[in-house]
Amino acid sequence: MFGVVLLIGIPLIAITGFLSYAAYDPRLAGNDLTPQRGLLGFYLFDWPTRPVWLYRLSQAVHVILGITLVPVLLAKLWSVIPRLFDWPPARSPAQALERLSLLLLVGGAVFEFVTGILNIQLFYVFPFFYPAHLYGAWIFLAAFVVHVALKLPRMVRALRSRGFRRELRTGLRETRPEPPDPDGLVAVHPGEPTVSRRGLLGFVGGASLTLFGLSVGQTVDGPLRRTALLSPHGRTYGEGPNDFQVNKTAAAKGITARDAGPDWRLEVVGPRRTHLSRADLLSMPAHTYDLPIACVEGWSTLQRWTGVRLADLARLAGATPGRDEVFVESLERGGAFGHVTLSARQVADPASLLALRVNGADLSLDHGFPARIIVPNAPGVHNTKWVTRLSFRPAGP
Amino acid sequence: MSAGRPSRSRAAYRRITAHYGADPLHLLALLACFALAGYAASRVFAAGIWVGFAIWFVGAAVAHDLVLFPLYALADVAVQRRRWGRRRPGPHVHWTPWINYVRVPVGLSGLLLLVWFPLILRRSGETYRKAVGLDSNPFLGRWLLVTGVLFAGSAVAYAVRLRRSTPRRRGTRRGRGPERGRRDGGGGS
Repeated sequence: MFGVVLLIGIPLIAITGFLSYAAYDPRLAGNDLTPQRGLLGFYLFDWPTRPVWLYRLSQAVHVILGITLVPVLLAKLWSVIPRLFDWPPARSPAQALERLSLLLLVGGAVFEFVTGILNIQLFYVFPFFYPAHLYGAWIFLAAFVVHVALKLPRMVRALRSRGFRRELRTGLRETRPEPPDPDGLVAVHPGEPTVSRRGLLGFVGGASLTLFGLSVGQTVDGPLRRTALLSPHGRTYGEGPNDFQVNKTAAAKGITARDAGPDWRLEVVGPRRTHLSRADLLSMPAHTYDLPIACVEGWSTLQRWTGVRLADLARLAGATPGRDEVFVESLERGGAFGHVTLSARQVADPASLLALRVNGADLSLDHGFPARIIVPNAPGVHNTKWVTRLSFRPAGP
Repeated sequence: MSAGRPSRSRAAYRRITAHYGADPLHLLALLACFALAGYAASRVFAAGIWVGFAIWFVGAAVAHDLVLFPLYALADVAVQRRRWGRRRPGPHVHWTPWINYVRVPVGLSGLLLLVWFPLILRRSGETYRKAVGLDSNPFLGRWLLVTGVLFAGSAVAYAVRLRRSTPRRRGTRRGRGPERGRRDGGGGS
């Protein structure tokens, strides 16, 4: 039963994980910092700007489903752990190889869950999250696919051996031990049962629901967000226009009020080079869109952004929207995401803005004042804050 | 001549199966798995992070199999062996099993701590504050609150269960598994 849930859940987490990799547009200069990625740094497709909620949804599935499946993974490992202490460890070369693949499976599963869960809590005890989580996923998935291929017939047999509905009607008093199985997983002298099978399913399911219920709130807006009691980014800041989730403060990046003061100028580079003050930008045609900020760490929030279209800024610099991409640089000091390349498609989308205001008010310093990027469906960290330079250039082939 | 070929290949197939211990396809599938995993491992090596990676990878399996599992299994056995509280003697009084009313709140609360310990125990305090702009102090209280609700819910469920099962004079009620009340307690979170 736990196997079935994981058989559906793990591929969903894997697919949304790879989608997230694609969302960073790893082909564009400076976007993918995974060292030595070789064939695993595959390029799927240009990340689309529509639907605007796609990344919000897919990354919420990746993170929240991962958290929700922790009890199922633990229950699955619990149910097969007697095999760990099998003696002799292998009776044939086939068994020896298969057990080696199980080390990759179990080690990979726990590794992926642990690195992911620690990372969203900003608990950076390993300095190499991105490459480790990506390469670990490949190792885990290799073992997962072969495990499914080898064990699928057994799972089907096990599921057929007892009716799910009947099990749900079987209480503790009628619970009997499993008949002996070819794997030798069933205890030879089982003790008195203390919990029925439906009780165990209920316990694990309840545990999953508890984790889900206490963290899913960080992916929605409105009063339900307050239900995210145990999740890192479901925090409440207040009721003001700028009171929504921050995940990189100005203080942390060395941005001072002076940097963002009246002397700030946006440098727009293309065939023409211009310098624009905030007042210049405010005098350009303004557009307003409701767009989500959706973070790779799984949280998201929808806000109303007002600013200048990137396409208009491209034209101002003599560049061509639809043909040219843009390299965005921030005032940030240190860190991997002080710059990003946005694709030609992202530049051309009418909802891609250099935002100056949010929810009718000026951006706060923590939300990127004087100006920040907001691009529909882009990963949160690509919506660069405290922008200082936009360099338009023809997109590569 | 040609009639001998299928039987010869069948004999070879049988020989491989006998020596290897499984269908040759089994071997092919595993070799494909190791090839992909090996390539990914080579990328880890090339990236220069293999020492930390290997420690975390093997450490993850060891931490689960040899630390976490023995801990919760032993705790469960220890709790069940001990005679907590009053025993209810007398053959005619039905003794309501209590173990699951302890397992569920302890299990859920422990699970929440296992998943969110960096937040709850403020392990990432400074990094968190720099990123989010708030400190992570509230999480300990929230976890304790959830834990309290879980235990209270479980206690209420157990009390209801006891009340329902003690007076036999009221007549027997059918179809109530001993863990039903427990599940109500778990769902109350």
